Amino acid sequence: MRQRLQDLDWIGLYLWVLRAAIIILVVWGTIATIIDNPYSPRQWIDLIIFGIAQGSMYALIAIGYTLVYGVLFMINFAHGEFFMSGIMTATVFVATPLAATGFMNRQPLLSLLLIAVVAMVVSMSIAVLTERAAYRPLRKAPRLVPLITAIGASFFWQYYFRGLFGSQVIPFPVPDVMKGTASILGVEILKTQLTVIVVTIIMLIGLNLFIMRTRTGKSIRAVAEDKDTAALMGIDVDRAITITFATGASMAGIAGLLYALVFTQVHFFMGFFPGLKAFTAAVLGGIGSIPGAAVGGLFLGLIESVGPSLFLQGLGIPAPHQLKDVIAFVMLVLVLIFRPQGILGERLTEKKA
Amino acid sequence: MSETNNFDYRIPLQNGLIAGVVALSVSVIGMVTLLAQRYLIAGWLTLGQVILFMAPAAMSYLAAGKAPQNNRGIALIYGFLTGLISALPLVALILLNEVIDLRQFLPNVSPALIEILTFGRGTVAGSLFLIIVTSVLGLVAAGLYLLPDRIRRPIFSGLIWTFFFGMFSEILSDRLRTFFGTDFAKLIIESKALRPVVAVTIFIVTASLSVLWSRRGDKVKGRMAKMDTKSQNRMRYGLIIFGITLMLILPLLLGTYLSEVMNMILIFALMGFGLNIVVGFAGLLDLGYVAFFAIGAYTMGVLTSTGDLGVAGMSFWLAIPICVAVSMLGGLLLGMPVLRMRGDYLAIVTLGFGEIIRILVLSDLLKPYIGGAQGLLKINKPVIVGIPLIKPDQFYYVALAGCLIAAFISYRLSQARLGRQWMAIREDEDVAEAMGIRLVNTKLLAFAIGAAFAGLAGAIFASKLTSIFPHSFNLLISINVLCMIIVGGMGSLPGVILGALALVGLPELLREFAEFRLLMYGIVLIVMMLAKPEGLWPSAIRKRELHVHDNEDYEDYPEAMAPRAETRDPGLEGPSHL
Amino acid sequence: MSNRFLYILSVLIIASMVLAACAQPATEAPAVEEPAAEEPAAEEPVVEEPAAEEPVVEEPAAFECTDELGCLDYGPEEPIRIASALVISGPNAQLGQDSQYGVEIAMDWQGQVLGHDLELQAEDDGCSAEGGQTAGQKIVSDPTILGVVGTSCSGAGVPMSQVISEANYFMVSPSNTAPSLTDPDQAWNPGYYRTAHNDKVQGAAMADYAFNELGLTSAATIHDGDPYTEGLANSFAESFKAIGGEIVEFTAINKGDTDMRPVLTAVAAAGPPQFLYYPIFMPECAFMTKQAKEVDGLEETVLSAADGCISADAAESIGEDGVGMFWSGPDIAFAGETYIKFKADYKEKYGSDTLSVFHAHAFDATNMIVACVEQVAVQDDDGTLHIGRQAMRDCLGATSGFEGITGTLTCDEYGDCADPKISVSTLENGEYVKIWPEE
Repeated sequence: MRQRLQDLDWIGLYLWVLRAAIIILVVWGTIATIIDNPYSPRQWIDLIIFGIAQGSMYALIAIGYTLVYGVLFMINFAHGEFFMSGIMTATVFVATPLAATGFMNRQPLLSLLLIAVVAMVVSMSIAVLTERAAYRPLRKAPRLVPLITAIGASFFWQYYFRGLFGSQVIPFPVPDVMKGTASILGVEILKTQLTVIVVTIIMLIGLNLFIMRTRTGKSIRAVAEDKDTAALMGIDVDRAITITFATGASMAGIAGLLYALVFTQVHFFMGFFPGLKAFTAAVLGGIGSIPGAAVGGLFLGLIESVGPSLFLQGLGIPAPHQLKDVIAFVMLVLVLIFRPQGILGERLTEKKA
Repeated sequence: MSETNNFDYRIPLQNGLIAGVVALSVSVIGMVTLLAQRYLIAGWLTLGQVILFMAPAAMSYLAAGKAPQNNRGIALIYGFLTGLISALPLVALILLNEVIDLRQFLPNVSPALIEILTFGRGTVAGSLFLIIVTSVLGLVAAGLYLLPDRIRRPIFSGLIWTFFFGMFSEILSDRLRTFFGTDFAKLIIESKALRPVVAVTIFIVTASLSVLWSRRGDKVKGRMAKMDTKSQNRMRYGLIIFGITLMLILPLLLGTYLSEVMNMILIFALMGFGLNIVVGFAGLLDLGYVAFFAIGAYTMGVLTSTGDLGVAGMSFWLAIPICVAVSMLGGLLLGMPVLRMRGDYLAIVTLGFGEIIRILVLSDLLKPYIGGAQGLLKINKPVIVGIPLIKPDQFYYVALAGCLIAAFISYRLSQARLGRQWMAIREDEDVAEAMGIRLVNTKLLAFAIGAAFAGLAGAIFASKLTSIFPHSFNLLISINVLCMIIVGGMGSLPGVILGALALVGLPELLREFAEFRLLMYGIVLIVMMLAKPEGLWPSAIRKRELHVHDNEDYEDYPEAMAPRAETRDPGLEGPSHL
Repeated sequence: MSNRFLYILSVLIIASMVLAACAQPATEAPAVEEPAAEEPAAEEPVVEEPAAEEPVVEEPAAFECTDELGCLDYGPEEPIRIASALVISGPNAQLGQDSQYGVEIAMDWQGQVLGHDLELQAEDDGCSAEGGQTAGQKIVSDPTILGVVGTSCSGAGVPMSQVISEANYFMVSPSNTAPSLTDPDQAWNPGYYRTAHNDKVQGAAMADYAFNELGLTSAATIHDGDPYTEGLANSFAESFKAIGGEIVEFTAINKGDTDMRPVLTAVAAAGPPQFLYYPIFMPECAFMTKQAKEVDGLEETVLSAADGCISADAAESIGEDGVGMFWSGPDIAFAGETYIKFKADYKEKYGSDTLSVFHAHAFDATNMIVACVEQVAVQDDDGTLHIGRQAMRDCLGATSGFEGITGTLTCDEYGDCADPKISVSTLENGEYVKIWPEE
């Protein structure tokens, strides 16, 4: 024990220096920026809203990671591809024809609903197919093995969809009613971003109800706790896992639609970076926890949006926005040094990780 | 398998639909069209056709396998029906394309594709012809299944080797040209494709070799087993000497291009040895391994560059130890904050470190020192006794030396106290700690040594390229190295080499697949893991662990993938790999 | 199973070793005959079979190669083989795919050259240094390849030009724009040519347009860390400052970013500038354009991008948001007959509109090579072609007044062949319309 304390001493010292350095840098940068004051209050508010909207999208994708992790303790690397597949298909087969016929502007709600359903169904099918073919046979293999098949599935779907729809950027037609801004409490906010935030909140509440209140949700939680016992209790484990994948993927499908609304285009590679960010968000919030995914996503979105301007601008660093991911990951390290289980992490992770 | 003695319509239906969907998929994503231009056997068979008809043939074969025992009729019917049904999605595509122009949605459903699918015979006649082709193919595949093992095996190995030579004909032709001259190469290969006579010869030769081996193989094996330890040892030394000689003369055999590929393989294997220590031995999942590779490469760049950004203009040999030391320091500094994180938290934080380093290297912030996006140019090549090692077949020896050193250190470590401590930590951290292992030091050492290997790899890489750009240091490198060691078999040293050969070498050789290269890479990853979850060459411990649960392990295999005794034959696995 | 595999493998290996041993003297023979032969056997240009043992008797000595880098011979029925090394996988695939289509169309249009077909050997440069080096090694290991159209990315071009140059081949890049590649003090190698613009030209032209034509004095630039965009942004900023303008912000984003509003807000806060130049690629370019409209403070700023953002999908994606925006790019004869036919063929053959902008440069590069083949090839009576490698280089380097779709190409001594004409266009009804310089 004494030996261990001795080890911890110099490591601990280094960690404290590291923490202090990060915090001092952040505070110093912030103060410098505030003194310099390059931004108007309106611009600060804008930055925050951009961050929340971006974070909401991360949150929706992160839920898929977290759900699967909670149940299977596996990092589903292909999740970003579930996100991409649904909206790509829906854009090509539904949105573009609807917009071309003018139906989309006549019935915007109905059109969006239709697109959402198609995106969700495609994302779900891809997820279920992937689970069946690439994950289920390996459920008892060492944990890194399904990670590798997940990486394989990710490559596969990316290039499959690229072959299917081509490598070009496909524009997503946004109905006219969604364009422009709305005013909420005196703050101008883009309608698309408002939609993202509102839909995310609704989806999160819905998901929480589904997991906590329904029988299926209960069976998912039971499987997450202990697969063998759950099976003994008469729960169909395979079915619960399939439903978990389907739920996570349908969230990703919706996130895909929101992405298309905000960024008005889709692309075969669009799943990769958001997938990575969402994974980070899930870990940041405490992987396995649904509220954690939401908090992690928001935190990440905000840091990315506000961070470079707030922390780095004042330090006179060239091109601070290039470094936004550096800030995001440094914050992640900082959070994890203080709380190794993530912001809202549960004991679950300690047990199995 | 099926217990009933009756005809079950679901089997051909299911298999046929799966095959049909696969065939449809490879068609609509444009693979068939692209590869239809590539002949395997001149004038006879294109790679596109192989890709298109592989699934119907394989699924028919499997369907025949599910027929009731001793009922050849049903097996043949299964095969036939599977083939027939597998054509239906394609026919649906052809007909649908007549009604609406599918190309506005799916750019790869081109007239060229339809022409290939209908064999240029028009919509109706072509569709019927397609159905006939797949049905016959299904029948043949089923017939093949019914053949006795001793006939089937040679046929399969003949087919696979013929395919293999056809597939790598470019390399074959390159080698033939070097050793026998251009005219001979042209005799064997006609613009990338085997000449039909040659293909038949290869088939016959490999098939007979297979027959020969199945007759004599057991005897040889028996004789080897009966040998006393002394001669066994002698044999082992013989093999080792043979291996070393082979390694030394390899560039002569391979020529420049393959040496170049070999250099990439060796550099990745070197990184693999390092990551193997971190992940394979110590069980610390590191997704940001590229960080140390980048540190090594940039240190080498800054130290030896003769361009504007070089600071010292050192020689390669002088810079190497510094690169290793700097990476090692990087490993310690980045390792310390993550010591107490476990499993996936560690994974994401290390991934973050990888990204941080990549972005920093690219950033305008560090541009004045390391070149930013415009890269770091004019890095020195290693010089031995006045000869600069410029050509890949010369540079090979540098990469080989690095790789051998890493392999040797890894091997010694795995046998040493430290190696056993790592493995103890991997198995159970808490127990390891209770046994008196100092977690902090042990883990840090794993990080540092792993980082040192990556730094060495990076330094060699930088010197091989003579110019480095930030885009070479992306997440895919980390992922590729990780896949490599797991596909090879975690914790196993020969596995690292096999993994590097499979995941770095193969994609390099499959350049013809062009935009589908990564798609194939994905499939290869999945198939390899499904077929051998423990890796290609598992370490002894892993193997034992996995086989404890052997009985349960395969229970969950879907029917189609259930590894039956016969399907272990590469005869079946072969096509799906490629 | 694995035993059998090992058995066969070892048989093969032993066989090949024996062959290697036997073949070694035979391959050394030509190395003596060859002038300038530092290459091992694999890299020799195809010369007549050395035939070390039998003396050549009946061959009529019709052609003797006097080229200092050796000659390349194509038999009567053999196609002339040209390689491409463009990025056709990964996130930048669109760029290379587009160029490759340009090469393919050029070959289609050429049909036969001196009675020989043209054959394309498509390689992938992976848009990375190691990808470029490997593709280069692969190409130079095949002595039947004449030369290369590639690479797409400058990062791949640097090591590749070294490999190509050392092996006596040549390469013509349709889209490398990094100044270092044609700078003899940095990464230039003999045998390197390009039909793409040096970044220095384009950045300066845009600065000129913004300052002198539009009369704007303050500007900001955003690049995405790609050597191409960073180079353009840099040369724009330098030129703009040199002619008296002010750069209020020089910043960057990352590839793969989607939310550009924060960086745009920072740009707005820094000035706001009158002119914003972001020479980045799709899809980031479209994000930038659309989101610039949504950021407070940038309403008055004139937006502009470069040729990385000139493509059918960019036009469609940007749509109405592109009103009032400018694009700098090579002066492609947008209205020219040839180009209209080219685009129609492209659509017909590949089912989509042009994916990016460098198809035209690739098309010109291919035609330039073919023109040189026609010029330097020596043809025997039976149709055999002899092409000198140095002669090819000399011919390419001497290209002058070559009419292509990207303008009139003239190579300088370090291989910069692009027509230095840069145009500025606007987007009208989904079509790019050239507005400057006026004819």
